Amino acid sequence: MYTTKFIRTLGMLTLAAGLSLASTSCINDLDQVPDYSANAEVVYSDPAQIQQVLARLYATFAISGQTGPSGQPDISGIDEGFSNYLRQYWQLQEITTDEAVLGWQDGNLPAVNQLTWNADNEFVRATYDRIYYEIGLCNEFIRQTSDGNLSSRGISGTDATTVRTYRSEARLIRALCYWHVVDLFGGGPFATEEASIGTNPQYRSRADIFAYVESELRDLDGLETANGGLLAPRAVYARADQAVCWTLLTKLYLNAQVYTGTERYTDAVTYANKVLAAGYQLCTTPSAQYSAYQKLFLADNNSTEARNEIIFPITFDGTRTTGFGGITFLVHAAVGRAIPPASIGINGGWGGIRAKQQLTSILTTNTSTTDTRRAILFTRAQNPNVDTLTAFSSGNLLPKYKNVTSSGAAGSDASGNFPDTDFPMFRLPDVQLMYAEAVLRGGSGGNTATALNYVNAIRSRAGSPALTALTLDNILNERARELYWEGHRRTDLIRFGQYATGYNWAFKGGVRLGRDVDPTRTLFPLPNTDIVANPNLQGHQNPGY
Amino acid sequence: MKHPYLAKLLFLLLFVCAGFTGAFAQTGSVSGRVLDEQKQGLPGVTVVVEGASLGNSTNADGTYSIQNVPAGPHTLIISFVGYNTQRQSITVTAGQNTAVPPVTIGENTTLLNEAVVIGYGTQRRQDLTGAVEQISEKQFVKGQVTSPEQLVQGKVAGVQITTAGGAPGASSQILIRGGSSLSASNAPLIVIDGVPVDNTGIAGASNALSLINPNDIESITVLKDASSTAIYGVRASNGVILVTTKKGVVGEALHVTASTQQSIATVAKYADVLSADEFRGLVNTYGTTGQKTLLGSANTDWQREIYRAAYSADNNVSVSGAAGMIPYRASVGYLTQQGILKKNDLNRFTGSLSLSPVLLNGNLRVNLNVKGSWIDNNFSNQGAVGAAVSFDPTQPVRSDEARYAPYGGYYESLDLSGSGNPNTLAIRNPLALINLRRDRSTVKRSIGNLTLDYKLPFVPGLSANVNVGYDVQRGRGTLYVPATAADSYFRGGINNNYSQDLNNYLLEAYGKYERTVGPGKLEFLAGYSYQKFQNRSYVFNDYREDRSIYIPVSLSYTGEDTYLNTNVLLGFYSRLNYNIADKYLFTGTFRADGTSRFNPDHFGYFPSGAFAWRLKGEEFLKNSSAISDLKLRLGYGKTGQQDIGGYYPFLANLTLSTLTAQYQLGDTFYRTLRSDQYNPNITWETTTTYNVGLDYGFLGGRLYGSVDVYKRDTKNLLNFVNIANLSGLSNAGNFNVGSLTNKGVELISNYDVVQGDKLNITINANATYNRNRITKLTNSDSPEDIGQLTGGIAGGTGNTIQVNSIDYPTQSFYVYQQAYNADGQPLEGIYVDRNGDGTITSADRYRYKSARPNWILGGGANASYDNFNLAFTLRANLGNYVYNNVRSQSFYDTSTNGFLVNRNSEVLDSRFTSAQYFSDYYVENASFLRMQNVTLGYNFGDLIKKGTTLNFSFAMQNVFVITNYKGIDPEVIGGIDNAIYPRPRTFTAGLTLGL
Repeated sequence: MYTTKFIRTLGMLTLAAGLSLASTSCINDLDQVPDYSANAEVVYSDPAQIQQVLARLYATFAISGQTGPSGQPDISGIDEGFSNYLRQYWQLQEITTDEAVLGWQDGNLPAVNQLTWNADNEFVRATYDRIYYEIGLCNEFIRQTSDGNLSSRGISGTDATTVRTYRSEARLIRALCYWHVVDLFGGGPFATEEASIGTNPQYRSRADIFAYVESELRDLDGLETANGGLLAPRAVYARADQAVCWTLLTKLYLNAQVYTGTERYTDAVTYANKVLAAGYQLCTTPSAQYSAYQKLFLADNNSTEARNEIIFPITFDGTRTTGFGGITFLVHAAVGRAIPPASIGINGGWGGIRAKQQLTSILTTNTSTTDTRRAILFTRAQNPNVDTLTAFSSGNLLPKYKNVTSSGAAGSDASGNFPDTDFPMFRLPDVQLMYAEAVLRGGSGGNTATALNYVNAIRSRAGSPALTALTLDNILNERARELYWEGHRRTDLIRFGQYATGYNWAFKGGVRLGRDVDPTRTLFPLPNTDIVANPNLQGHQNPGY
Repeated sequence: MKHPYLAKLLFLLLFVCAGFTGAFAQTGSVSGRVLDEQKQGLPGVTVVVEGASLGNSTNADGTYSIQNVPAGPHTLIISFVGYNTQRQSITVTAGQNTAVPPVTIGENTTLLNEAVVIGYGTQRRQDLTGAVEQISEKQFVKGQVTSPEQLVQGKVAGVQITTAGGAPGASSQILIRGGSSLSASNAPLIVIDGVPVDNTGIAGASNALSLINPNDIESITVLKDASSTAIYGVRASNGVILVTTKKGVVGEALHVTASTQQSIATVAKYADVLSADEFRGLVNTYGTTGQKTLLGSANTDWQREIYRAAYSADNNVSVSGAAGMIPYRASVGYLTQQGILKKNDLNRFTGSLSLSPVLLNGNLRVNLNVKGSWIDNNFSNQGAVGAAVSFDPTQPVRSDEARYAPYGGYYESLDLSGSGNPNTLAIRNPLALINLRRDRSTVKRSIGNLTLDYKLPFVPGLSANVNVGYDVQRGRGTLYVPATAADSYFRGGINNNYSQDLNNYLLEAYGKYERTVGPGKLEFLAGYSYQKFQNRSYVFNDYREDRSIYIPVSLSYTGEDTYLNTNVLLGFYSRLNYNIADKYLFTGTFRADGTSRFNPDHFGYFPSGAFAWRLKGEEFLKNSSAISDLKLRLGYGKTGQQDIGGYYPFLANLTLSTLTAQYQLGDTFYRTLRSDQYNPNITWETTTTYNVGLDYGFLGGRLYGSVDVYKRDTKNLLNFVNIANLSGLSNAGNFNVGSLTNKGVELISNYDVVQGDKLNITINANATYNRNRITKLTNSDSPEDIGQLTGGIAGGTGNTIQVNSIDYPTQSFYVYQQAYNADGQPLEGIYVDRNGDGTITSADRYRYKSARPNWILGGGANASYDNFNLAFTLRANLGNYVYNNVRSQSFYDTSTNGFLVNRNSEVLDSRFTSAQYFSDYYVENASFLRMQNVTLGYNFGDLIKKGTTLNFSFAMQNVFVITNYKGIDPEVIGGIDNAIYPRPRTFTAGLTLGL
């Protein structure tokens, strides 16, 4: 009997306990949040964390997700490392030209080499998606750091000024990305921090986005640092400062004829002059192992004299900024066959990127045999001509980016996977050559003698004889010699009218010796994926696709 | 919307009714059990005391008890529709319980009265209104079965179970009626003894279900249509599998069963690659000078090097019986199973305890189940499976050359520059992959629950049921690779550990009320369910072999070394059954379900309704001997899906980067904070199911089965889709976009061909036809939309071979149409210009077949003669296609990265010299017929002494496969064959002793 009673009581207690638990606490239990991340309210109330979000805006160019080298990807639909911003931007600017070929059979990669891409090309899409991903992140950052939000979250005084500077940098990075849209795609979807999450953006034309980028940059240029404007040139390494703003304006104006149909060479000279007066210096001191030019592309280029020449780098680190795109790709993919990987500071090459014979020809024409830029060409056991798209033996090798320091030591990643080398997105000779070109094209505010001096300074650093006079052709070729494989070539060839027709290179148009392609190839198509996802883009596909 | 009042109401109700009953003097109780001829408990049997208005009906396990029976002799009358009535004399002693020996009653018709487990209860088979199929122990697949789902492989219509490969404890894909989701989970809900278990998977175990010992399972019930599953609203869209384990029964004597199974597994088929001599011939004929110099002089068959004949032993002991009013069953099991891949093995210890006392004069039924298991896995290195297919057969396994000494003496492809370092692009030596790696895990799991079912004494027909349960899993593992292993050479080896905890708590309570209302019997059930799933993962330093740190641990945002994810599911459900004269059966269910995955609108609402008409119960059929059963079922219901993998898709949070994804500004490195993509509006995916079914029985019940026709429309698919750039914080995310439809027919047939004293033959067959079609994929149906590319393949990076497109089945292959010459030889790089624009572009790709079968067939037979029995199971899929990725990588490539790659014999046919990955040439019809198992058994009967049993059996699994598919096995999850771990052919001898 007692047992019965006991069991009954126990049973009822269990029932009661169970049910009271059920009826009270449990509904609220449906509100679950993770214990390992934070919401915007928390993060954006702390200037230190806001700086971590700002760092993330820069990091988009270098990494592919929040777990290095891969994991928690930023975008979907394509391999993370493959679709890294720098890697894709570099590919569209370089392997579509006479400078480089990338001979892998990954998806529709051959079509990118051959200028036969279409609106379903995953590499075109990846570039586009990365650019817009970054714009979206910038918009969110700018939205969250509005003056109203700062004051409502209790950020004031110098803290507020610091965060406003971050916001200016975010605007500059966003303008840089919109410039990539203008250059690669023409027009495209457009939204700023004023748009809200969840709404499909409208299409804006190339001229509209150009005008927007210009106005943003001009606005940023007019903002004092003390009032939350951009940092002064060279103040902090790798930050998007005033010189980056000016360089971007120079680029925008130099290409304005292409982008809008109206030339703006005088404006280009104006802003080039600002950069040229900002104190950047060519790196001219070689090390025991490497030339001054080569030092710009080594593992320690963030700490040697090379740093004085770099206006805007994308920073990498062998253990702390890792990924399979970016500099990892640029270093590994150029190595293979007879190049000992150890000499490049890595554990093995990927056998991918090679120089086309047209670049070899430019490098070996009108230069000294000891030209330090030309010296990087690796010809042993290589067929100098790209006769086969897929064979790594076809075309000279060009290990420009190396994971060794100027004293020859390997980079910091002992396993030899991830280089330390920073990628110079903007550097002084680019601006010097833009100045020269704008002057030659009739821009006022400069003169040809100064232009010639700049060009000869670049040539002299490399060890080639000075030119006596400048032509536009000289400048295009000198840009190729100085800036090859740095992501400028496609834009340059288009500006010089030599991209679609009139100048051919290996496998252009899909044939071995190259052929003219339709002029619509100067723009990439808007990816079909985005046209499908965003009805506002329908009817706005670029001609030819 | 919140419904706390429902729970409160129930709570109140239970409290009010928490009365006490006392036993009267001069009376006693009677209890016992009623069995059918198969010695299984019969529910619903009426047991009355003759001449007194006292009686009761049996419960799910056939037990009954009658209270307040006056002391003295009595006669029990045991009767049940369809069975012969029996009488049993008893003598009741005052104040005591009289245990009646089990009574077996003979069937006079069919097994219509079998108790079928359903959601929150059991039902007589004849009362079912939904598509429910129950497979009990005697029908299970025999032989070495490691994981419970394999017990019913090929046995249930509409259920496709595909194992991932032949490794012990490999995972399985279970698809019920084609699966209702695209990106969200297609796995059914699995409920073990009333506890919905967590099958998200745990670190260290390939298959969470393999932690359950199949030997403890009594029956597996599959709920297929919405009228039967909707009571599990929240997770019911892909069907529900109810697993019931064995239990002791009242009045049963102590019974000990010991069994052992000894198995040998062998490789059933090797991939068709070139031998060393064939490969030398190929390279010498087509290769470049550079390639010829790479050729070695050895003859190594890498596949034979990595596989072995594997031995397994599965030993089980169970004890069952009843200690007074407490029936019990306890069991222990030990399985040691080798994989056919060298060094791959699994050791599993399991224990289970079940107590099912009936207390308070039969008014309180208690069920306590505790199961525990411990698995030690040695995974070997399954990367060796693919490596063995492509590694150069002219190279030796080992070499004495000094340059291979750093790699443990194993031959490896070295760097072309002569540095002596491994070539980082090369395939690694398959034997070295296996031998220079130790990949072990220990996973523990315990599932348990306590159920109290209390018949409330003051309101006849009212009962309350509370179920408290848990399912906890602990996964721990280590990975050790020496620095000499070429694949980890540059990082200095690996010496890591990993860890994960899964906790799942359950609380359920329902009340049930039964009474006669108007012309029929009413049963109403209302309840509440709360379940919390916690997934804690730990992060560790990434170490080198010598335990120096290779990559330091990245602590979480809050500075912890763990990450906790939680999912809470909470539901209110009700069911109403109304049975008019066993002829007209109505079922209605409703569930309001909340999930923590959607916020703030947690709740979804899932109704269902069904009607069945038992024509057999009508006058015109009642006396028909030809037609022993005929029942028409109509069902409709809505079910939900919330399992999209991620835990907080609605949440706008920022994620901290790891230490390896920092960014340098100035001289400082920052761990960055990223605003993550989210969707505040994310909500339920719902599936509406229509089901029409007919249950039949002919020839006096010797031929019986059912036919079901169904249509399942899923809308608001929880889909991982591309989104408009700048409309969110990534280019894709989880949204409720799209719909898809599954339509199908299921046929089940059982035929007792011969029923005799000595010879009995039964055959059974099931067939399912299912067509799956996507009806909507994006919010704007744009002509540019080719669909979602899916199905990544090996060869290149990011290449995909499948597409999900509107009006096509999911996982359709998206390929170019190969062109052939007059001899039928495929032409390299030449495809059919399908859109006729004169060039071959990606617009010429077309959708060709799908990985999904049109027909899934299963069947088998049981024959017994005297003490012998013979059984087999056959399975077939028809119309399923597979992309043979092993063949598509077999082109003869003259560009080299300093090592040679062996090829499938395919290369001798196609003579391709470059990759043709996207050609339909490699999409093969993978229809097959497989003999799943054949078993021969002999029952020695009372060999030792009266009442004991001794059975001997011999089984063979994966006996043969008939197919035109050219790879090693046509059954590939997802339809892309990229060198799967071969499913072995297994020979098993078993001995079972019952005392």
